[in-house]
Order: sequence, then structure tokens, then C-alpha cells
Amino acid sequence: MTFDPTTEEGRPEHLRPPAAEAEAIWKSFARTEALQDVSVSVLPGECHALVGRNGAGKSTLVGILTGLLKPDAGTVRLYGEPAPAPGDRAAWQQRVACVYQRSMVIPSLSVGENIFLNRAEGSLVHWRELRRQARGLLLEWGFDLDVDQPVDELSVEQKQIVEIARAIAIGARFLILDEPTAALESRAIERLFERVRRVKASGVAILYISHHLEEIYEICDRATVLRDGRRIVSAPVTELDHERLVAAMVGGDLARTSREQAAVAVDGPPRLRIRGLSAATPLGSVENVSLTVHAGECVGLFGLRGSGAVTIADAVVGLVRPSAGAIEIDGGVGYVPEDRHARGFVPTLGVDENLTLSILDRLSRLGFISGPRRREAADAMSERLQIVASSGEQLLSELSGGNQQKVVVGRALAVEPSVLVVVSPTVGVDVASKEVLLGVVDRAREDGTAVLLVSDDLDELRICTRVLVVRRGAIVRELGTPPWDRHELISAAEGLEAA
Amino acid sequence: MTDAALEHVEMVRRPVRRVLLGSVRELALVPAIAVLFVVGIFTSPAFFTTANFSNTAQFSAALGMVVVAESLILLTGSFDLSLQSIYGLAPMIGAWLIVSKDAQGLGTKWNPGLGILVVIGIGAAVGLFNGFMIVKLRFNAFIFTLAMLILLAGLQQGIVSGRTIYDMPPSFIYLGGAYWAGFPVSAWVTAAVFLAAALFLRYHRAGRAIYAIGGNLEAARAAGIKVDRIRIGVFTLAGALAAVAGLMIAGQVVAVTANQGNNLIFTVFAAAVIGGIALEGGRGRMIGAFTGVVLLGLVNNVLVLRNTSTFWIDAANGAIILIALGLARVVALVRT
Repeated sequence: MTFDPTTEEGRPEHLRPPAAEAEAIWKSFARTEALQDVSVSVLPGECHALVGRNGAGKSTLVGILTGLLKPDAGTVRLYGEPAPAPGDRAAWQQRVACVYQRSMVIPSLSVGENIFLNRAEGSLVHWRELRRQARGLLLEWGFDLDVDQPVDELSVEQKQIVEIARAIAIGARFLILDEPTAALESRAIERLFERVRRVKASGVAILYISHHLEEIYEICDRATVLRDGRRIVSAPVTELDHERLVAAMVGGDLARTSREQAAVAVDGPPRLRIRGLSAATPLGSVENVSLTVHAGECVGLFGLRGSGAVTIADAVVGLVRPSAGAIEIDGGVGYVPEDRHARGFVPTLGVDENLTLSILDRLSRLGFISGPRRREAADAMSERLQIVASSGEQLLSELSGGNQQKVVVGRALAVEPSVLVVVSPTVGVDVASKEVLLGVVDRAREDGTAVLLVSDDLDELRICTRVLVVRRGAIVRELGTPPWDRHELISAAEGLEAA
Repeated sequence: MTDAALEHVEMVRRPVRRVLLGSVRELALVPAIAVLFVVGIFTSPAFFTTANFSNTAQFSAALGMVVVAESLILLTGSFDLSLQSIYGLAPMIGAWLIVSKDAQGLGTKWNPGLGILVVIGIGAAVGLFNGFMIVKLRFNAFIFTLAMLILLAGLQQGIVSGRTIYDMPPSFIYLGGAYWAGFPVSAWVTAAVFLAAALFLRYHRAGRAIYAIGGNLEAARAAGIKVDRIRIGVFTLAGALAAVAGLMIAGQVVAVTANQGNNLIFTVFAAAVIGGIALEGGRGRMIGAFTGVVLLGLVNNVLVLRNTSTFWIDAANGAIILIALGLARVVALVRT
């Protein structure tokens, strides 16, 4: 029997089953409980926000609602019917469509073909019919796209439209939007909201995931907040004021940053000066950003993914070319990248080689490296960072995440930089390594290094002497002397401040 | 006509400009081919003759067949180096089973029809094996098919101790040796295979799935395309096509040498890539690959007619390929 949600439309609204209903879902990976007894239901014609900090369990829940993950316990019902079998992708696709942050279009194919991807009836593709239907669908929904244009010529916003159109074409009546605004500029966001409203009005249920809480108040009807794998609250957004929403996300305890950095008098000379920096990247553009970091100061850039905080760091180290503005650096720069696996170290080389990769000119003569001098330099660094390795020859790929990250930090410090740029240095490392890493960065600051720390983890910010909050490519708030109010930080980063 | 009707017509027809723009990549070689024609006509009175075109077509037919095979795999975002060894080994074993001991056969003297089935079967089996190992067991395509290339070429040498198989029955060499309407059967067949592959890629849902897989494998999977099955199927089909190509060349030279297929794969990649088949997958069309084969065939033909020393032909081929790649790059830059 084919699935036909349209038969439901004749019924009065209160008798219609929810478009999606997850009940008492449990899911664990290895040792972590990703979801514990989570229930959520999304009604037809409703935009339902799913909110939570990183690691709260949102992605796991999306995986379960799209059939990519199987819950350990609990049930999923779609339009009142039990969910299809896990392997039955076609059945899942008829019911649920998900627009991921990562674009799921085929760049070399046309808009029309992407919309009707793999949906030919029978074995032949009828191009005229496909183009006609795609054109009709785009017209009907007011999506302004040329069906014949190759998708790789489209903007991020237009690719997203293709994905939404595809979901509509499949006939899915439950649509998941995973951070749809992350890569969009403000006018494009307005247009997206318009589309979301139109789709919603046609009776499609939407699960809307976003870090930007102001968006939720703008287009969502209800919100569910997850924290540490548990559902904290589900309520109409009108009953969730900002205060309550942030409290649900952050939790009641630890209202202030845990260890309080003693106030530091800024008397060192300026080491890093950014003036009017603008840069456009898909990962978060910034516009007209200015800031100064002095010697002996640790400035935190706190922002969500896509806010542009990382782009500022990338511009300082020269990985992103600014379209405007000036960056002045007094001395050398050390850099601890966000993605240590891609940019941080060479997994196939040993600890010593990795630690000294950036200072080989100092350890060699005529290009030949002096073994003893290198060992000496590497040993000193290993000790300072408490790197646990069987020997200096042990390959980085064999070390734990925490020790790998220590090597990355050690290499950045080996050049004795006057400016140290650090991006999320403790993501995915154990608690003990986290203490060591933050301690080392803090000591470098005490020794006179100017530190720029980019992070979305409040716990990392505790070593900062000053915090700048970045949102949508601009610095929206400066918090001077610690301690800082966690609610205030998160509200500013998520855009919940009273204007 | 009413406005609505006008709009309807506009809706279903692709704008001509878009069609042309979309084909720029595929037709980039057409001017080069035209130039070669002019050069050929001025080079020798023998150039613009049916006999010469017939010869050139025969010369290019087997290559073209393998180019179709490799292009299909390239479109899915992978490749198979060992097609050149399938091209050698499959007809070698087929011939070995059907000819007499005197002609370097095994002496089993199988029916030639059975021999042809064996040829195609070996090609398909090797393709299936490669596809399975690369897709399911995730071997690196380069190193795995390189090892297969060496292994199969070694078997080809070993079976006949380096000798050449000859004296094959007429039905076995028909594909490579016979003529229809003044043109070699092999050329007709290869042209038909090009056309069939082009139509398949354009109109069959599996053909579109090949583009989707090469363009974005995860998105293809998410759209419900049976990615693994299609990828392995393409490897299998390509193996069978390469084996048929080997049968063609065996019929042309009326023998199977112990090193049939050596170095062929470089020319195959060159023809596909200068014809606009992207090495990273998902882009390119059969018409483009076809122009690549035609270009390389004409270059060779013109050089031979100019009495260029055979020792210089490879160098000339390499230079042509580089120039064609440069042109393709320019076209790509102009488009963006």
C-alpha cells in the first residue's frame, strides 16, 4: 500500500495525528547516552523548534526521525503510522525530508533533475515532463529558479531552495530544516522565512533546528529544548520567554564561568591590531570587525558556528583573504587550528618531528637537521605540555586526542610567537588534557604572549581576560572583567539581547 | 497564441543558449578536429578518401570501445586501469581454447561461439571482481587495479609463454575483420555502442544515477539510489566492453599477441579526459569522449600520411593531449 497523507486532510485538525511523533526514545553510542527518554511530536502545519547546545542530542534525534539511526528503545510514528523499517529508504523519503547543513545536491546536474532525482517512473527519464513539472512546482511555490541551470552555478540560498523543492516534490509532509540559516545573509534569511511560512501553511510539519534563538520566536510555534540527551521542556514559544529558554539550554547550575580569571591590567603593548576587517567565506563572513590584543592579554572570541569568529582567526593567520581592512601583527604568529586532523599535525610522523616542524630552520645547518638539538627542543616542549608518548618517535596517529592536541599547541608555541591564535583547543579531549592545555596557553599569556582564543565552549573562555561576542559577522558585545554571566554570553551569541 | 500558451511552450523547451552553453565542454575539440581535417587534406591526396577514413575508423574502433568503458567508470567517480589487461587477456584465453596446438592453442578446440562467450565472460568477471573489491571492500582503485593490470598481463604472457596465437576461425575474427557497406564492422559496432551509451546515460534512470553518484555520492545515496549496485554494475559492464574491444583488435591483426593491450590505458584516459570526461566524476558526455577518440585517431592518421617517423608519433600524441587539456582548461575558465 502506498502512503498517502492527503487522505488525512479532510479530518478536523484535533483528530489528525501528529506528522511525527517520537515517544520515549533511548539511544546510546559506546559509552555515551545520546538520548534518554526523549519524546517529541510535531503537528501538521506546525513549525517546531528543536533547541540545544552542541552535544545535547539534536543530531541523534534527527537521525532517528529520518530513519538513519535506530533507537535502542522507544517508538517513532509518522502521520499516525508506525515508522518504516530502518532499511527501507524509499519509504522514509516519502514521509520525511531533511535539509541538512551540508548541501545534498548534485552539483553537475540541473535544478530540475536535482528536484526529481531518482524519481523517474519506469526506467526512462522523460525530460520534457521532468522540466515541465519542475517548472510548475517552482512557479507554484514562488521559487525563482531556472530549471535548466546547473546547480553548481547556484548560491547557497538557491541550493537550499532546490533541496526544499525536492522535499515538496517527493510529497514528504514532514520537513526537517537543520540550521538552514547558518550560511545565509540576512535578506536571504527573510526570504527563507517567507518560504517556511508558505510551506507550513500548506499543512506540512516542520522541525526547525537553529542556534539562533531569535529565529525561533519569529517563525516557530512550539519549541523543544534538549540538554545532555534529555528533554527539558516542550512548550509553545509564546510561553517560553528568553530567560526560560536560555535557562533550559544551559541548566540552572554554574551560572557564572567556573574559575574566575583574576582581572588583568592591560599594560602590555598592542601585538595584534585588526581594523575594519571584512571577509566573505561560506563558513561565516565578517564585516568591519576591529579589535586589539595586547601582550599579556587573552581575548576570547565567543560565537556560534557560522558566526564569523573562526573567520577572524583564519584571517589573522592568513588562511582567509580579507576583502577589506588591515591586520597588523607585531612579531610572529602561532596557530592552533580548529580541525587538528586536517591542519594541525602530520599523523604519519613522530612526536618530535611534529613538535619541531615549524622551527626546523633553527635546528638545522645547510638544510641538515641536527638530531640532538631537535631532541633537546622537543623534550623541553614535551615536558612543558606533559605529552604522554612511548618515545619521541611514536607516531602522532597512535596518540590519544588530548596528546595530539598538546603536540599541536606545542608546535604553535615552539616558534615563540608574540601572537597566539587558538581555535577551540579542547574539543574532543579528555578532562585532564583540557586542564593542561588551557594551563599552557594561560602560562604563555602570562609570559607576554598576546592570545586570541576562538571558542563556543564557555569552559574554555575561563582563561580569557576579556571576551568579545561575535554574531552574524560582527562583534556585538564586549565583556571586560571576569567573571561573566553565562546567560548574558549565550543570549548575546544567540541574538536574544533586548535591542 | 494566448499568453498562457506562450508560457507553456517556453516552459517545456530548453532555451537554445543553455543547450549550447552546456555543450561547450563536450564540443571543445570540434575546432581542433576541423583543423586536422584541413591539415590532412593539404597533406596528402590520400586523406580525403573512403579507404583512408575506413582505415582510421578501424584503427580507432577498439580504442573507442575501451574509452566508452572507462568513461562510464570515470563518471561514477572511479576508474579501472586493468581494462587494458582485460583487453589482452580475455581474447587471449578465448583464442587459446579454440585454436589447435600448432597455432599455440591449448588443443581443446572449443566451438568459436563458446570462445566468444568466454571472452565476454572473463571481461565481465574481472570487472565484477574489481568493482566488488573497490566498492564493497574499499580498496584504493589506483593500487588495486594497477595490481590487477600487472597480474592479468602476466597471465597473458605466461599462458602462451610469450608466443602469439594465430590461425583463428573466421567467426572469431569476424568482428574485427569483416566489412559492412565499405566500413569495418568494428567501427559500426563501436559507433553503435557510443550511441547506446549516450542514450542510456541521458534517458535511463540508471544512467542518470551514474551522474548523481559521481557528482555527490552521499546525496545519491540519500535519494534512494542503489549506489553500490550501480557502481559494481558499471565496473562489470566496462570489463565486458573492454573484452569485446580486445576481440576486435584480435580480428584486425588476425592474431593475439602476448602483449596485446600494453600501454593502451594511457591513450584511453587521454581520449576520455580531452573529451571532457572529468576525472573526479559526475561530468562529461559520450559525445565528448567520442570527439576525443576521433581527434587522437586523426592525429595518428595525419602523422602517418606525412610519413612522420613512427618513433616520433608518441611524442606528437603527447603534445596533442597537452594542447587539448590546455584548451579544455581555457574553456572551463571562460565559462565561470
